[in-house]
Amino acid sequence: MFGSVSLRSALRPLLAIAMLVFAPDLGAVAQTRSDERPVVAGASDLQFALEEIAKAFAADTRLAVTLALGSSGNFARQIRQGAPFQMYLSADERYVLDLARDGFTLDQGTLYAVGRIVIIVPRGSPLKADETFADLSAALAAGRVTRFAIANPEHAPYGKRAEEALRHNRLWDAIKPYLVLGENVSQAAQFATSANAQGGIIAYSLALSPRVSALGTYRLIPESWHSPLRQRMVLLKSAGPVAKRFYAYVQEPAARTIFRKYGFVLPGEDG
Amino acid sequence: MDWTALWLSLRLAACTVLFLLPIGITLGRWLAYRDFAGKGIAEALVALPLVLPPTVFGYYLLVSFGAASPVGQLWQAAFGRQLVFTFDGLLAASIIFNLPFAIQPMQRGFEAIPPEVREAAACCGMSPWRALLKVELPLAWPAILTAMVLSFAHTLGEFGIVLMVGGSVPGETKTIAIAIYDRVQAFDDVAAAQMAALLLALSLATIALTYAFSRRIGRRLG
Repeated sequence: MFGSVSLRSALRPLLAIAMLVFAPDLGAVAQTRSDERPVVAGASDLQFALEEIAKAFAADTRLAVTLALGSSGNFARQIRQGAPFQMYLSADERYVLDLARDGFTLDQGTLYAVGRIVIIVPRGSPLKADETFADLSAALAAGRVTRFAIANPEHAPYGKRAEEALRHNRLWDAIKPYLVLGENVSQAAQFATSANAQGGIIAYSLALSPRVSALGTYRLIPESWHSPLRQRMVLLKSAGPVAKRFYAYVQEPAARTIFRKYGFVLPGEDG
Repeated sequence: MDWTALWLSLRLAACTVLFLLPIGITLGRWLAYRDFAGKGIAEALVALPLVLPPTVFGYYLLVSFGAASPVGQLWQAAFGRQLVFTFDGLLAASIIFNLPFAIQPMQRGFEAIPPEVREAAACCGMSPWRALLKVELPLAWPAILTAMVLSFAHTLGEFGIVLMVGGSVPGETKTIAIAIYDRVQAFDDVAAAQMAALLLALSLATIALTYAFSRRIGRRLG
């Protein structure tokens, strides 16, 4: 029959799709994979530092972890909803301590670094990278600012510290209409270094990366202007042996050197 | 170029299409042939995902399937795994969200079959099942294929829902759309550009295929 010939030839691509679907067994593979290669959730400011540490870990131990990077608040929420992370490096210890209190972690975790924020301006910006905020203040008054990027203070610790620093200088209300909020501090860095914003406040660790520092100039913002960025990490309930090994590795000298390289102040050392 | 993410996206799209094929044919056919009170509402419900912002949809999915919900806990008890943040959960979300892309073209395809043809099949003594296989499906197959192709392409590009319900777990829920977002944030423009170009090419191919099939349907009715 004329019609059924076409139908039969349409079945072949469907068979191909079926093979695509059933080739690996969905559940089993995902299960074993997560035991061998745990997913570690890290705050966005660790974008470059944690990638380097994971590479060093793989080189030193021949074990691998998979990294997921995003805003600390988002991860905390996802962990509460059952996300399959085995380790969580937060940019704000408040999130870790709350998770520990509510029974999602193995223990209270460890302070692994203290972070800093910087003001960054892209090339060709009318703003200057001025850590006293005097230039920013003048620019706001003169109407030279149209867009200024920070991470979302609601769930990104670096965004919250940016807000605190701006409030400290009584600039928050003036700058609020011009703010663009990144979903995490990496996205804020994207906005701040693009030609679409005059500048922003981002993580020191991101600004130190060659990829970012090539895009503009930055200055460290005084620590006294905001509450400290005490970054805490913790193993979660589902943590397996590889995750535990990685947790220990992050506290060892090789990892600490990498943290230092990205401008983090290590616990027990002064900045 | 995140091959794991690409493979994951392709598998998600393929699984979605495979599940939507019988669902779409059944519901599309039912909506095409039957008239009933409340049909308008039924069609509106089917079309809802077209207008609903993906994050709204994702939010409701999270609330209804999450670890704290009855459905989520049942699933956990039955399969030992979460429904959210897993491929399974993503697949469930994808199937629901692609219903209009699957059902609507198929419904049009079945509607386009002249009732005389179906009556003739019945007069010939064909059972409804045989009529479906031998008469209706061969006539409606361009529409069915369009529906499958559209669902496949739409799933490849889905972002908002995956972000809400997926959690970007590599190898499990980190689709290529999420991977592009991730690479941009890592200031890795090269990888992001590569993946974006690939998705663009795939989308163009899909649309071209869809139009080619539409012309075939047009000729058939012509």
